[in-house]
Amino acid sequence: MFYRESGDFKTSYVQDQQIFPIALDRVFVGIVIAFAFLVVPFLIDDYWEKSVLLPVLIWSLAAIGLNILTGYCGQVSLGTGGFMAVGAYASYKITTAFPELNMFIVVLLSGGVTSLVGIVFGLPSLRIKGFYLAVATLASQFFLVWLFNKVPWFYNYSASGQISAPERLVFGVAISGPNAPPWATYLFCLTFVVVFALIAKNLTRGRYGRSWMAIRDMDIAAEIIGVAPLKTKLSAFSVSSFYIGIAGALFFLVYLGAVEPTEAFGIDKSFLVLFMIIIGGLGSILGSFIGAAFMFLMPVLIKNVFVGGFGWSTDIVAHLIFMIVGGLIMFFLIVEPHGLAQLWRVTKEKLRLWPFPH
Amino acid sequence: MKRMKLLAAMALSVTMAGTASADLVIPSLEYRTGPYAPNGIHFADGYTDYFTLLNERDGGIGGVPVRVIPCETAYNTEKGVECYESTKGEGALVYQPLSTGITYQLIPKATADGIPVHSMGYGRTSAANGKVFSHIFNYPGTYWDAASIIVKHILEQEGGDLSGKSITLVYHNSAYGKEPIRTLEELSKKHGYNLTLIAVDHPGQEQKSQWLQIRRERPDYVLMWGWGVMNQVAIQEAANIRYPMDHFIGVWWSSSENDVIPVGEGAHGYKAIAMHGVGDDYPIYDDMRKYVLDAGKAAGDGSNLGKVLYNRGMYAAMLAAEAVRTAQEMTGVADINSAQMRDGMEALKIDAARLAELGLPDFGPPIEVSCGNHGGPGLGAIQQWDASAQSWSLITGFIGADRDVVDPLIAEDSSAFAAENNITPRDC
Repeated sequence: MFYRESGDFKTSYVQDQQIFPIALDRVFVGIVIAFAFLVVPFLIDDYWEKSVLLPVLIWSLAAIGLNILTGYCGQVSLGTGGFMAVGAYASYKITTAFPELNMFIVVLLSGGVTSLVGIVFGLPSLRIKGFYLAVATLASQFFLVWLFNKVPWFYNYSASGQISAPERLVFGVAISGPNAPPWATYLFCLTFVVVFALIAKNLTRGRYGRSWMAIRDMDIAAEIIGVAPLKTKLSAFSVSSFYIGIAGALFFLVYLGAVEPTEAFGIDKSFLVLFMIIIGGLGSILGSFIGAAFMFLMPVLIKNVFVGGFGWSTDIVAHLIFMIVGGLIMFFLIVEPHGLAQLWRVTKEKLRLWPFPH
Repeated sequence: MKRMKLLAAMALSVTMAGTASADLVIPSLEYRTGPYAPNGIHFADGYTDYFTLLNERDGGIGGVPVRVIPCETAYNTEKGVECYESTKGEGALVYQPLSTGITYQLIPKATADGIPVHSMGYGRTSAANGKVFSHIFNYPGTYWDAASIIVKHILEQEGGDLSGKSITLVYHNSAYGKEPIRTLEELSKKHGYNLTLIAVDHPGQEQKSQWLQIRRERPDYVLMWGWGVMNQVAIQEAANIRYPMDHFIGVWWSSSENDVIPVGEGAHGYKAIAMHGVGDDYPIYDDMRKYVLDAGKAAGDGSNLGKVLYNRGMYAAMLAAEAVRTAQEMTGVADINSAQMRDGMEALKIDAARLAELGLPDFGPPIEVSCGNHGGPGLGAIQQWDASAQSWSLITGFIGADRDVVDPLIAEDSSAFAAENNITPRDC
C-alpha cells in the first residue's frame, strides 16, 4: 500500500540502475539528507555535537571502510584502530607542516596516506586467509600504535607524546580547536560522510564491488572467471583504508582535538568497528550507519536513562551497560545473524506486499 | 493525552533543573570501573564525602549547598569528553578529571568555555604558568616538581653525589607517564646519573620483560610513574626480583594502599612521594564519621577513610571548597559562577592556621596561588610503606623542587604552547 513500485515505470537504463529504484526511498533519503544539512545545524548544541552526532558520523565512516574490506571483499581485519591512527597522525603532520592548506585537502590527503599504508599491510592477504589474515592485520594494529608512540617525529617532539589539533579555518569558520562552533564541525563531518557514503554505495554496485564480492564468495572461482585477486584484494584494502584514514583524521581533528595513540586508537577500537559492521550488517552501507549508531549510542542512552533519569550510581550503570549491550549483541546475532540491515530488508519486502502477502 | 502530559512534565522538570541554580555545581569525573578503578574509587569517595560533609555540617559553602554530579569516565578520554559536555551546562564551577589524558582534552575546551580545571598534581605540568594557562591550575605541585624532589631525596641518600649512578624510570606509556622524562633528563645532565627509560603499555598487567631488563641491569634506583593495576604489578615484580624496596620510589599516584597490600611483606620499604599527610589521625575524620558515615551518606562503603587516595580526593575537594569560599568573599556573592570561581582559585591562600581550622592540621604545605603561578608551592615529602604495620609514614619533611631546573622547563614548554595556539601571555 505505502511502499511499492507499481506504477513507477522505468523507461531507460539509467533510471533502472539508480541507487534507490523505489520513489518513496528516494524521497525519504532526500528528506533525511536535507534535514541533516538544513535543519540540524540550527538546532545543534555542544552536547549533541560532541557526544552524539560527530562520533556517530565518524564511526559510520570507519564502519563503511571496514565493511568494504570485510563485508564486501571478505578479508577480516583487526587493524582498524591502527589505520585510524595513521589517518590522525597524517592529518596532524600535514596540517602542522602546511598550516595554510585547506582542511578538506588535509583530510583527503590523510586518507591517501592511510590508503598506501593499507596496501602495504594488505599484501599478506594474497597468501593467507580468514583467521590467519585477522592475526596479520592485528600485527599492523600493534605495530602502528607502537610506531606513533616510539618515533618522536610523528608527534613533533612534544614532551607528552600527545598530538593536539591546532585551530584551522574553512571558509573563515573554525572547524578544529576549542572555538569551533558546533554547526561548523558537524557540517564538515557530514559533508565527508554523505559524499563518501554515496561513493561507497556506487563503488559496491559497480565493477569493483562485484569483483570484491566475487572474491569474497569464492576466490578460486573468481580467479577462474577472470577476477585478478591481487588487484581486487589490494584495491579493497586501499579503498577501505582510505575511508578509515579519513575517519581517523576527523576523529582527531574535529572530534577529540587531542589524542595519544595507545588510548585513542587501541585494539578496542578495532573490535568496536568490527562489532559495528557485524551488528549492522556485513556487506551493507546502511548497516554501517545502523551498526555505528547502535554501538555508540546505546551506552550513552542507557547512561542517560539510568543515571540521569533514575539517579542510579554511576558504577552500577557502567557495569549494566556492559551486560545490556553484550546481551543485545547476542540477541541480535541469534535472531538476525545478518545484522540490523537485514531486518530492514525483510521489513521492506513485507511492506511491498502488504496488505496482500500471497 | 496521558503521554502528552508525561512529556510536558518531563520538559518542565528539565527546564526546572536548568534554572534551579541556587546551588554550587561540582561535577565529579570519576572512575569506579575499568583497570584504573582500584585507585579511582578511593579518590571519588573522598571527593564526594567531603562535599557531603560540608552540606550536612555547614549547609554547604557560605550557606549555598553543593551539588556533586557524578559521571563515570572509566579513565577514557572519549567518555571524559561526554561527561564534560553533559555537565557543563548545569553551571559547573570546576573540573577535576583525575586523568592526564582527559585534562589535555579539557585544557582548550574549558578555557574557551571559561570553566577552570584543577588538575591537582597531574595534567600538563607547564599549566603552572598562569600567564599562558588562564583557566588551568595544578597546585599544590606538578610532575616535574615530583621528579625533582625524588632526585633530591636520592641525592641526600647518596651523600650528595650521583655521578656514575644509574636511575631507571618505569612509566605508563601515555602522556601521563611521559611527563617527567624531560625533567629527569635535565637533572641527569646536572647531576651526572645515567637515565634509562622503560615504558609499560596500558593497562600494565604484563611487565615481565620490563623487570627482566631491570634485573639484568640492576640500576641503583627505580622510579615509577604508574597508575591503576600497573602499580601493584610493578611492585610485585620488583619484589620477585628482590629489588631493594627502599631504592624503588613512586610518584604520588603510585603511592596508595592497594598498590602495596597485594604484595604483602615483599613491599616493605617501598617509597613514594606524597603531597599531603597520611593516615586518619586528623580531627576532620571525627566529623566525617559523625555526619557522613554514621548517617549512611558515604559515597562508598566507608572502609576507605584515611587511605592515601581517599585523603587525596578529600584534599582536592577541600581545595575546591576553599576556592569557592575565597570567591564568595571576593565578590560578596554566595552563588558564584565559573568565572568567579576561577578568580577565587587564583587568589587562593591556605596557611597552616586555616588548615588547622579545617580539621587538617599540618596535612599539607601552605598554598598560595597567584596569577603567574598556578602550580602552587611545589613541595613534596617522601613516604614509606611499613608492611608489618600496614601503614605509610612520612620519612621526610616537605622538600622543595629544584626550581633552577623546573622553572625554565615550564617557561619553555608553556611559551611553545602559547606560540602554537596564538595565546598572548597575560601580564601578571
